[in-house]
Amino acid sequence: MSKAASSLPRTIGAHAVLLAYTAIALFPVIVIVINSFKSRNAIFRSPLSPPTAETFDLIGYKTVMAQGDFFLYFQNSLIVTVMSLFLVLLFGAMAAFALSEYRFKGNTMMGLYLALGIMIPIRLGTVAILQLMVASGLVNTLTALVLVYTAQGLPLAIFILSEFMKQVSDDLKNAGRIDGLSEYRIFFRLVLPLVRPAMATVAVFTMIPIWNDLWFPLILAPSEATKTVTLGAQVFIGQFVTNWNAVLAALSLAILPVLILYFIFSRQLIRGITSGAVK
Amino acid sequence: MGSLQIENVKKSFGPVDVLKGIDLDVKDGEFVVFVGPSGCGKSTLLRIIAGLEDATSGNLMIDGQRVNAVPPAKRGIAMVFQTYALYPHLTVRDNMGLGLKQAGAPAAEIDKRIAASSAMLSLEPYLKRRPAELSGGQRQRVAIGRALVREPKLFLFDEPLSNLDAALRVNTRLEIAQLHNRLKSTMIYVTHDQVEAMTLADRIVVLNAGRVEQVGAPMELYNRPANLFVAGFIGSPKMNFIDGARLGQTAKTVGVRPEHISVSQTAGDWKGTVVHAEHLGADTNVFLETEKAGLVTIRLFGEYKTGPGETLFATPDPARTYRFDAAGKAMA
Ligand SMILES: Nc1ncnc2c1ncn2[C@@H]1O[C@H](COP(=O)(O)OP(=O)(O)OP(=O)(O)O)[C@@H](O)[C@H]1O
Ligand SMILES: [Mg+2]
Repeated sequence: MSKAASSLPRTIGAHAVLLAYTAIALFPVIVIVINSFKSRNAIFRSPLSPPTAETFDLIGYKTVMAQGDFFLYFQNSLIVTVMSLFLVLLFGAMAAFALSEYRFKGNTMMGLYLALGIMIPIRLGTVAILQLMVASGLVNTLTALVLVYTAQGLPLAIFILSEFMKQVSDDLKNAGRIDGLSEYRIFFRLVLPLVRPAMATVAVFTMIPIWNDLWFPLILAPSEATKTVTLGAQVFIGQFVTNWNAVLAALSLAILPVLILYFIFSRQLIRGITSGAVK
Repeated sequence: MGSLQIENVKKSFGPVDVLKGIDLDVKDGEFVVFVGPSGCGKSTLLRIIAGLEDATSGNLMIDGQRVNAVPPAKRGIAMVFQTYALYPHLTVRDNMGLGLKQAGAPAAEIDKRIAASSAMLSLEPYLKRRPAELSGGQRQRVAIGRALVREPKLFLFDEPLSNLDAALRVNTRLEIAQLHNRLKSTMIYVTHDQVEAMTLADRIVVLNAGRVEQVGAPMELYNRPANLFVAGFIGSPKMNFIDGARLGQTAKTVGVRPEHISVSQTAGDWKGTVVHAEHLGADTNVFLETEKAGLVTIRLFGEYKTGPGETLFATPDPARTYRFDAAGKAMA
């Protein structure tokens, strides 16, 4: 450790590799963001140069703000993502706890059944889901999206979390039982904090596909009041003409909330790892 | 008060019978130790007593009351675990007080009991710390303190010293022994270390493959083992077992403890060659390959100069040899 740190060429080498990787990873994002601040001509003439005084143009953002109700779309996306995430984490963790902690008939079968969803894409069931939503009057509601995304996120969440929950010390749970804690307290106060890193991982993996999804909003909730950001941005992509300024501006804006959510969970992730479990 | 009766308790995990009918009577204030090889069901029996596991059949009574269906927190027990099992997010004080708080005890009472037991275990300097900020030994003392605070009828220990290093183990063992002397409460202690069993127990329960092999005071087990298993399990080094026929005896097996064999360079019952000698200072273990009795372990007190290849004569103390029949039962 000290040897590696004291060796200057190695430090520089490591930083060079990491910086190069960061540049590659950030490149597309940066291109989108800088171009969203440029006029249409400048975007095509020199897509890689940052906006200058004469190419700087907020026309994209103005279009986005003027066209449709983008704040509403944002709000919809956020509500759907956060609600689904909350439900996936809550129910996923509870199911994982039950599967890893209690011996009951059909425990293994139940685990397999719940994990099956990892292998079968939920979109195969779109027609049935649509019929279900029509029958229950949930078409064009955010509830429909939240329900579908919760179902979509649960299998992987249960699969990952139950592996981690098996590693939580039995003695700790038993100590809680002897001290008179209810199973709910044991779950929420003893087990959940110890699997926080796993929860953060699951949260990140669950969140991104939901935020980016275009399929289910298009089918289940295309109404103006329930549009999500991804769906809202589609109005600028036409069959013949695409309003690139607006598309890029919408995309730049759409990155922000994900970034914020990501920072929340990555902090949790680091805290979870450093606090650790006490044997 | 804290007596415990176990009547014909059986436990199966699916098709596997782990406990095959355990009967045991523990009197108030007794220190009972369960010993046995790994996997014999010691922890399972302790968990059944604690209520963390349901017995498949049989009765469990604490103070004469059947507790089979009583939840762990209501049984009047406290348990100390091998892995300490402290709540990582709580301070030492809160770790100790949580059980009472859950039971709805008044805050003043909780404070009083925490003060008393932390004084008893010298835990006062650590009350504000979290478990992560304590050493292994301190953690285990906190775990013992958490049990003390509950003032249980029955203390249960599941290998509480196994995660501690040798020196700490001796200290903590002493502390537990003193605790028992002071509190006079009933304690049940699981270990696979026979030194812990011999030093702590009023009575030892030797378990093997889900059955009780023998119950008795440490010296009773040492001097009058009921069968081959107990004879071999209690005592270190292990008792020598010699085929009875080789010695011209009617017993199937003859047992002699290594410390009950004397050696001489000139004359004795069994002539043999030294295979190996372990010099421990306080005593010397000699492994002797004899013509008559096969490989025999001999424990000599103090230092004894010998080495491989040397010829020695061994003589067992006739008053302290044990005889076992074909079923492994001790013969009179
Ligand atoms: N939950 C379980 N499901 C199935 N089998 C189990 C379960 N718990 C314990 N067993 C089995 O029961 C037997 C006894 O286990 P137990 O933990 O009581 O052993 P032990 O005597 O405490 O051993 P050790 O000294 O290694 O702690 C073992 O063979 C174990 O495999
Ligand atoms: Mg055990």
